[in-house]
Amino acid sequence: MIEVKDIFFTYPNNVKALKGVSLNIREGDFVAIMGQNGAGKTTLVKHFNGLLKPTKGAVIVNGVDTREESVAKLSRGVGFVFQNPDNQLFCETVEEEVAFALRNFGFEDKIVQKRVEWAINLLGLAKHRQSSPFMLSGGERKRVALASVLAWNPDVVILDEPTIGQDYKQKEKLRQFIVQLNAQGKTVVVVTHDVEFVAECNPRVVLMAQGEIVVDGDAKHVLTNAKLVTKASIVPPQISQIFMGLTDLGLPIDIIDVYEARDILLDFLGGDL
Amino acid sequence: MSVFEGFRFRRVLSPIHQLDPRAKFFYVCTVFVIAVMFNQLMPLILLFLIQLPFVLAAGVQKEWIRSMKGASFLALMIFLFNFLFTYFYREYPTFPPSSSLMEYSLAMTLRFIVLVESFSIFFLTTSPDRLGLALEQSHIPYEFCFAFTTAVRFVPVLAEEAQTIMDAQKARGLELERGNFIKRIRNYIPILIPLIVSAIRRSLELAEAMESRAWGATNKRTNLYVLKIARGDYILAIISIGMLVLAVYVWLFMREQIPSLIPWITG
Ligand SMILES: Nc1ncnc2c1ncn2[C@@H]1O[C@H](COP(=O)(O)OP(=O)(O)O)[C@@H](O)[C@H]1O
Ligand SMILES: [Mg+2]
Repeated sequence: MIEVKDIFFTYPNNVKALKGVSLNIREGDFVAIMGQNGAGKTTLVKHFNGLLKPTKGAVIVNGVDTREESVAKLSRGVGFVFQNPDNQLFCETVEEEVAFALRNFGFEDKIVQKRVEWAINLLGLAKHRQSSPFMLSGGERKRVALASVLAWNPDVVILDEPTIGQDYKQKEKLRQFIVQLNAQGKTVVVVTHDVEFVAECNPRVVLMAQGEIVVDGDAKHVLTNAKLVTKASIVPPQISQIFMGLTDLGLPIDIIDVYEARDILLDFLGGDL
Repeated sequence: MSVFEGFRFRRVLSPIHQLDPRAKFFYVCTVFVIAVMFNQLMPLILLFLIQLPFVLAAGVQKEWIRSMKGASFLALMIFLFNFLFTYFYREYPTFPPSSSLMEYSLAMTLRFIVLVESFSIFFLTTSPDRLGLALEQSHIPYEFCFAFTTAVRFVPVLAEEAQTIMDAQKARGLELERGNFIKRIRNYIPILIPLIVSAIRRSLELAEAMESRAWGATNKRTNLYVLKIARGDYILAIISIGMLVLAVYVWLFMREQIPSLIPWITG
């Protein structure tokens, strides 16, 4: 679906943001791209819909080299939800905002209406359909941005830092939503450095540091590997920190799921509560 | 954007960066005046060359070349306009156009290039902070100085934001280059609105932050750093005055003797 072949990317100001990144994202994958600020995560995913073209190497999306296709065409299949919803909201009502992309892609009026309806309901925005996006709260604005992308039903959905500035409840809702999207067969790529968020979703994790991929594997194995985690400057999830501290009891360390942890601990204590 | 790149300050240590902004500004004004005084090629070429040592001494060749490249399109336009309009106004229907017209158009273009060159050197080697200080010490009201330095400081931030917004809207299928002229202008609405909204939001936030840090609490502000005129500044000022005096002298008494360069060009 998305093949990244040894790409390098240098910004005009000579910052080498990507240094030889290779990655293969298959249909139906759920990938979390993690790493500290400035690791090159955003730069990498901007290659997936052609916003950036590699300086060296190639990105192939659905068999097409991104250098040979316009961003608009690529975006039809790869939806990108930007980090900051304020970077894209500009219409007078939420409805129009959601319809904007559909019109750009040349959907017919009838279908536009249907899709808008569907996306607005999907994200629980029915109450606000006639409100100005600028009057909504941060979480709601984020949902409008998400709805405006999901409306055209892209095969791949990329979310750049979806959890930033959201409270726990919103985050939990978002997590369920993303997991559900993936369960319905969408390929989902989430860029984040929120370890707890990733630990709860348990996706495939691509860890980046200084423009390179450090490791690519299961969340369970990546997030509990002290060496890798230190290299990418992220803190392991709290539950695995506990287990890392308990290794002398002979407990396993590759635990990121709270319920699994509970079972193991109960087992270890030899009783049930 | 590349024109702006050529005016963007980067913190480097060099004798030129150390100079007082006021001295540099005086120099830029001198160059400006001289460039406007003459419309022959020879003095303008000299004026262009005289500034190259400054670029080298400041070590900003790369940025400077970029700004010159950015200006080249405008320079070309200026050349064409001067050439065509003057030709049709004065010489049509004689053909070919006279060589003095050629020289005149080239000189006008070079005048523009010299102006861009000197302003580019000024902004490439003067930090916004020091520029603000210089304004303040020239007894310009602090509100104006602050507004000026803030505006300068936020230009790169806004440019970056505009880029992100463009990316975000392109990812929603917006094609800026599509449609006729009117449509193309309308294509920019989805970019301008978020940009303006965020600029307003940012300015409100900035105002609050300033007030919470006691903006305007005292009428007489003092500065940790104070600009002092040093030897280098005097030297630059003397060079500027020397250039100006020489230029005025040539202009007054030798204007007719400035050789035309056209025979050289046409061979
Ligand atoms: N538009 C840009 N121009 C120049 N440099 C940039 C730009 N965007 C990002 N960078 C630089 O590229 C590097 C990677 O940035 P980015 O991909 O945004 O990292 P992340 O998303 O992982 O925080 C950083 O060093 C950043 O400063
Ligand atoms: Mg980022």
